[in-house]
Amino acid sequence: MYWRQSLIALQTIAYKETNRYLRIWMQTLLPPAITMTLYFVIFGNLIGPRIGPMDGFTYIDFIVPGIIMIAVITNSYANVVSSFFGAKFQKHIEELMVSPTPSFIILAGYISGGVGRGLLTGLIVTVVASFFTTLQIHSIGVLISVVFLTSVLFSLGGFVNAIFAKKFDDISIVPVFILTPLTYLGGVFYSISLLPDLWQGVSLLNPVLYMVNAFRYGFLGTADINIWIAYGIIGLFILLLGTLSLFLLHRGVGLRG
Amino acid sequence: MKALSLQRLNKTYRGGVTALRDVSLEVSQGEFFGLLGPNGAGKSTLIGITSSLVTMTSGSVHIFGHDLIKHPWEAKTRLGLVPQEFNFNGFETVEQIVLNQAGYYGIPRRRARQRTQRYLHQLGLWDKRKQASRTLSGGMKRRLMIARALVHEPPLLILDEPTAGVDIELRRSMWEFLREINRQGTTIILTTHYLEEAESLCRKIAIIDEGQIIEHTTTQALLNRLKTHAFILDVSGTTDHVTDIPGYAIQQLDHSRLEVEIRHRQSLTELFATLHERGVEVLSMRNKANRLEELFLRLLEDNGSDQSAEQSPEAEAAENA
Repeated sequence: MYWRQSLIALQTIAYKETNRYLRIWMQTLLPPAITMTLYFVIFGNLIGPRIGPMDGFTYIDFIVPGIIMIAVITNSYANVVSSFFGAKFQKHIEELMVSPTPSFIILAGYISGGVGRGLLTGLIVTVVASFFTTLQIHSIGVLISVVFLTSVLFSLGGFVNAIFAKKFDDISIVPVFILTPLTYLGGVFYSISLLPDLWQGVSLLNPVLYMVNAFRYGFLGTADINIWIAYGIIGLFILLLGTLSLFLLHRGVGLRG
Repeated sequence: MKALSLQRLNKTYRGGVTALRDVSLEVSQGEFFGLLGPNGAGKSTLIGITSSLVTMTSGSVHIFGHDLIKHPWEAKTRLGLVPQEFNFNGFETVEQIVLNQAGYYGIPRRRARQRTQRYLHQLGLWDKRKQASRTLSGGMKRRLMIARALVHEPPLLILDEPTAGVDIELRRSMWEFLREINRQGTTIILTTHYLEEAESLCRKIAIIDEGQIIEHTTTQALLNRLKTHAFILDVSGTTDHVTDIPGYAIQQLDHSRLEVEIRHRQSLTELFATLHERGVEVLSMRNKANRLEELFLRLLEDNGSDQSAEQSPEAEAAENA
């Protein structure tokens, strides 16, 4: 293994990916800032006071962590799925396939792009949120670790989607039909304690619920679930998707003839 | 030392199409090697396998003695590829594309910048370095792909139809550039549809047809197989009554040009004298181009007829059944 050369290759992919989403910031960074501002205005300022407190916090304080998480999840996923599928579609992924760059470095490079965009978008939304409420932080360690791991997880999800995608429609099916429902039903706008027992049980099958709640714990110190279970679930999914991504990349599924 | 060694390479695509059948091929270090074949013969599959873009069904690939599967880093760093289709990111600048490629090969940024500058200068792209690659002309895009393939300075360069769709002037300058890097020690494997190009550049040639190598020899040996030479004569005088000169196959192209086929050891002086007697003066003479093309077509025809001969018993049996 040529570690020094591999590290240079990783830096190159990471730089290229970062450059890509920064170059098209009007498409990548601005829309989530606008969308999330509207969430804060409508749900936080206009409807929130009528809803009243949730789990002992004002409604806007309750939804801020979930809304940041929506931005992180969707942007991490979108960055990797669009970038890697674009590279496949334009065939410039061949530059990497021909080169000696190991599969895990290619994967790490693309994931770094997804995580970078996810975290930067999360930071932008956090700054926007600070105009609507005074943010409190219960545990900075939980906040950072949960947002980082969630971003890695959804970047990996985007990567697997991109590998299997054959046309542009294929990269929007998962975000629209799976990701969005899971996120919106993942306890962003409500506490699952408000749900009947049956739906509470169903909600616990939604992995996004654990991420949103663990992140909320970092802000507010309260959560519907045990945050260690959340870490376990995030870790398990990262392991599964990471292994699958490496396997697919190594075999050249969807890439090699 | 063999720059490239392919042993018993087989490729059957999903769906059952067999693209390569037991192909073995060796290319020596320093060679300028031509790989010819009609469309669908298996050239691109062979190059795809060598450059890791296509998975082989069976066989082995060694690049400068390194097994492509067992020692990918060693093998891949020694190979540069200029593919047939443009495959760079159209939104990136010319400079960025070459720099990134250097990065994928683990070349430190500073050295990568120096090399990028050198190759973009050599290929006449330095002034376009800040331009998005999609805005380049077709010829510039081809040169960009060559610069990209050379930035890690591979000792083996594979070019898949590098001059397709390129104008004559640019084609000639690319030929000169390739000759120069070959002189400096880079082994070059070239696939082309322009047989004139292969005749001019390649010292050795392999012809692939229906997934099999049907010929592998020096260009000269291949050309020597032509039993006749064809010349174009530019003449003055009346050419109406010269096509019947005994012993020569002469064709009148127009009022001032004749095409003459001369067998080995047949005298040109004798022909010129006869033409002179008939009032025709030879002003200039040149080889008819595309000699290789004739041979190429003949080999393909032979291969086709061999295969149909081999198949005929089966066909007969099927018919009887």
